[in-house]
Amino acid sequence: MKRIAWKIALLVLGVSVAPVVAGEAVVRNCTWCHGTSAQGYMVAPRLAGQRSLYLETQIRAFHDHVRDNPFSKQYMWSAVAALAPDAAHDLAAYFATLPARPANDGNRSLAASGRSIYMEGIPDANIVACYACHGPNAEGVRDIPRLGGLAYSYLKARLEQWGQGYHSVAGSPMPLVARPLGPAEIDALASYLSFVR
Amino acid sequence: MRRLFTIDCSRLRDIDLRAALLALVLIVAGSVVVRGDEGVVAVRAGGGFEAKLDYCKTCHGLSAQGYRGYFPMPRLAGQQPQYIENQLRAFIERRRTNPIMANVAHALNPSMIAALASHFHHLDPKPIGGAPHGALALGKRIYEEGLPESNVAACWACHGTDGKGQNEIPRLAGQLYEYTVGQLSGWGKQRGQGTAVDTSAIMAPTAHNLSKSQIEAVAAYVSTLQ
Repeated sequence: MKRIAWKIALLVLGVSVAPVVAGEAVVRNCTWCHGTSAQGYMVAPRLAGQRSLYLETQIRAFHDHVRDNPFSKQYMWSAVAALAPDAAHDLAAYFATLPARPANDGNRSLAASGRSIYMEGIPDANIVACYACHGPNAEGVRDIPRLGGLAYSYLKARLEQWGQGYHSVAGSPMPLVARPLGPAEIDALASYLSFVR
Repeated sequence: MRRLFTIDCSRLRDIDLRAALLALVLIVAGSVVVRGDEGVVAVRAGGGFEAKLDYCKTCHGLSAQGYRGYFPMPRLAGQQPQYIENQLRAFIERRRTNPIMANVAHALNPSMIAALASHFHHLDPKPIGGAPHGALALGKRIYEEGLPESNVAACWACHGTDGKGQNEIPRLAGQLYEYTVGQLSGWGKQRGQGTAVDTSAIMAPTAHNLSKSQIEAVAAYVSTLQ
């Protein structure tokens, strides 16, 4: 009985440490730009707490040169070029488990109007409610990303880029979503989301 | 090191840009109204049919085949126009509880609703798929024979042998699995709210008499119908 307990303890330890140890060097390659605890840094978005399926999909999109906004092209295309699908999967799973801290760097006075656009959209302007896909707390699901607490500048840039003709993954509704968004709505949404925990 | 320094500079530029933008926003205070006056309102006032159609497809799938967001968004392609019109009215009158769709429906006038409903009726994309396959045979049996011992009528008596529905009875063919499961599981909590007469009452006993696994089976089966 005692021996079995030991074995289980060792197994648990092994499983919990294994992905970190196995991919330590690779993880360091990510955190070099995305921050030591993967909370995001400058133009590199937070990875901590992001949906693992989303991370995996995006890595594949960088790899296949489908996600083509300037920073993706400049940094991420080469960063993932040598990453095998298995490694991408493990990395995505690892970063998804890290606790996420909100950036809190938007304009507070716009947070309320941003929340209203997020929850209700502006039907008269054909602006859809973000809530329907990204969830009540902007937590995302499956390959739909968590938006809550990402950096203001990242959120703003992404929302602008859909309208500028950049791509992410095939079949994404986001170009259609972003089309009716004006600068004021983008500013409000990015501000609100930066404060969501 | 050099790279970090470069990024630092661009960050400074970002901050400058933000300050400038903020100032701009403050100068044109009440920006939404001002923008409206400048003609953006043409879009804001609902725009044309195409803009509204894109708006629907954003959530309901780019070919209206349904979409799995945080919530399952139902397929509208091939749906009966009368059913779509009824449901939009039910959202507005709060007979059917759905905060998002209540807002959406409020911004649609009757002629727009008629045009959209007719457009969706004529779309015929392949079913979105993705349902579990384990219980298709049971689902088919429930759909075609009902469950006499549980007072569940055969679905096809009303929804048609091909699941296409008729008039106010909805098409089920190709419907998103998760959506059908959600609707049948929570029928009385979402539909037929308040005291007004609502056609959803017809389905209430049937939905109530289906077990969870029976709901999953029949939802999986109809999701495969073309």
